[in-house]
Amino acid sequence: MIRPRAGQPLQGVPPVSPAPAVGGGGPEPHPAVQRDPSRFSARLRRRSAAGVVFHVVCLLSTLVGVVVLVVLLVDVVATGGGRLSWEFLNGFPSRFAARAGLKPAIVGSIWTLALTGIIAFPLGVGTAVWLEEYAPASRLKTIVETNISNLAGVPSIVYGMLGLAVFVRYLALGRSILAGALTLALLVLPVIIIASQEAIKAVPGSIRLGAYALGATKWEVIRHHVFPLALPGILTGTILALSRAIGEAAPLIVVGALAFVPFVPTSPTDPFTVIPIQIYNWVSRPQAEFQELAAAASIVLLVLLLSLNAAAILLRNRYSRRN
Amino acid sequence: MATEAAPARAARLVPDLRRRHRNERIIGGVLVLCSAVSILTTVGIVAVLLYESAAFFRHVPVLEFLTGRKWTPMFIDQSFGVLPLLTGSLLIAAGAALVALPLGLAAAIYLSEYAKENVRRVLKPVLEILAGIPTVVYGFFALTFVTPIIRTIWPQTDVYNALSASIVMGIMIIPMVSSLSEDAMSAVPRSLREGAYALGATKFEVATRTVLPAALSGVIASFILAVSRAIGETMIVTIAAGGQANLTLNPLRSVQTMTAYIAQTATGELAHGSIEYQTIFAVGLTLFGITLIMNIISIAVLRRFREVYE
Repeated sequence: MIRPRAGQPLQGVPPVSPAPAVGGGGPEPHPAVQRDPSRFSARLRRRSAAGVVFHVVCLLSTLVGVVVLVVLLVDVVATGGGRLSWEFLNGFPSRFAARAGLKPAIVGSIWTLALTGIIAFPLGVGTAVWLEEYAPASRLKTIVETNISNLAGVPSIVYGMLGLAVFVRYLALGRSILAGALTLALLVLPVIIIASQEAIKAVPGSIRLGAYALGATKWEVIRHHVFPLALPGILTGTILALSRAIGEAAPLIVVGALAFVPFVPTSPTDPFTVIPIQIYNWVSRPQAEFQELAAAASIVLLVLLLSLNAAAILLRNRYSRRN
Repeated sequence: MATEAAPARAARLVPDLRRRHRNERIIGGVLVLCSAVSILTTVGIVAVLLYESAAFFRHVPVLEFLTGRKWTPMFIDQSFGVLPLLTGSLLIAAGAALVALPLGLAAAIYLSEYAKENVRRVLKPVLEILAGIPTVVYGFFALTFVTPIIRTIWPQTDVYNALSASIVMGIMIIPMVSSLSEDAMSAVPRSLREGAYALGATKFEVATRTVLPAALSGVIASFILAVSRAIGETMIVTIAAGGQANLTLNPLRSVQTMTAYIAQTATGELAHGSIEYQTIFAVGLTLFGITLIMNIISIAVLRRFREVYE
């Protein structure tokens, strides 16, 4: 931008400026000729200095998130690490911090998670298959898809209120694991649908055409050819959705998971608690010992999350290697 | 099979085909039912919120609810003005935005324009872990780590305060801003960057004056989505920001957000049909309305202002 503008006066200069140069010999050339190169290089230096500053600012901003993540993990482990023990993992909640344990919450979380998966997986995959393979490109498809992306943005606590009114009260499931799992299943459904759609889209069309050419019906094409190829992607998405569900506390509080459960739930209709709600309960107490318990339970929760994510990454890697 | 007569084979094929086609119709129907669940979820949410709120608004005029400056449904002297809760939610979301928008945008620019491929491959997933940490753990971190630091700087700070929740929530939503913005920036075609370089622009100028404007719709959409997420977040504010519905803009005071009110009220044994039970749905309707509008705007921004290249 700067060069051509600096060049233009130069071309216009000769008729005017040589005259004084011949006459006096002393006067300097046209200001534009003399000043511009130095101004240009000063400006260039400023511009590249701004570039360096900006680069550093951006790098530091990126690192803020990483540093806070490390500080958070170190803080949780340092606070709660000392409380981790077999007695803690295998014990029941107690008014006395020294005797309190996490067993009902761990079992409750596993129950809830398993039921959520069992409910949400077929619904999510079914919706994705319908959207990708069956639905004609119509208004209806657009409405369903827009609706799903809007559902993905609904606050989780609102799902809790839906669960409270429909599952707990209307269907009279009470404050049970089943009511909680149904609520969480609706919450993670959009995630599973969107991930499954991506996985199904990635299956090449030639495979479908080949199967049709051999006389397979639509469902046979999907079941025997599309589905096996899309399965790793679908499972990865489902696991990531479940790792969101395992950390949720808000909707389950509203649905009515209890804070104090001195027994291990044994059926879907039992009252229950989950690890995040136990953490909330402990962190809300003023005593330092309970804060330590909250941190210890957080470690357990983070380890569960980590294993879920590791499983998802392993699946994804196996999948991408095969392609 | 090879010895079987052709007519016999055909005779077996026909019922087989008929069975397969009947299966097709059943499967198609089942899949439609699956898809209906997501529609029913939306209908259910809206119906439940409207139905229970309608009962609430028979006791409390809508205008009083929206403009009242006192929220004391649990006191003997009941007041149902949602403004303190609304202000609490907006105050904390604004604080979170102040943290997350600049940091997330800068991180997106770094990842998209500056970082080498191997650095990006490590940093991006690490940042995304931030969005996967359970919010109760963030709440714990805000209350037991960030709040004490704030209180050593400003000793008059309440134990439960808006600032601590804002900062931690801001950190949590950084990846929402950075990932979506980075996607938008990576989608800007190389030719635009090369054109700018050819005109003598520095890398900084290319990033801020060529790539950023071209990716602006994606960046704005990510901002709106992140703020909407901050308004809807529950556990951090429930744990760290407190349960007093103060009408204040002072971040060092304790505030109650809409989400925190719902979570804190619903824990107790709420009598079905009581006015307290109905308040959580009226507040939930307000919350749902606000986040829905923000999500719709962000989707519209993405569609409407997307630069189409090639």
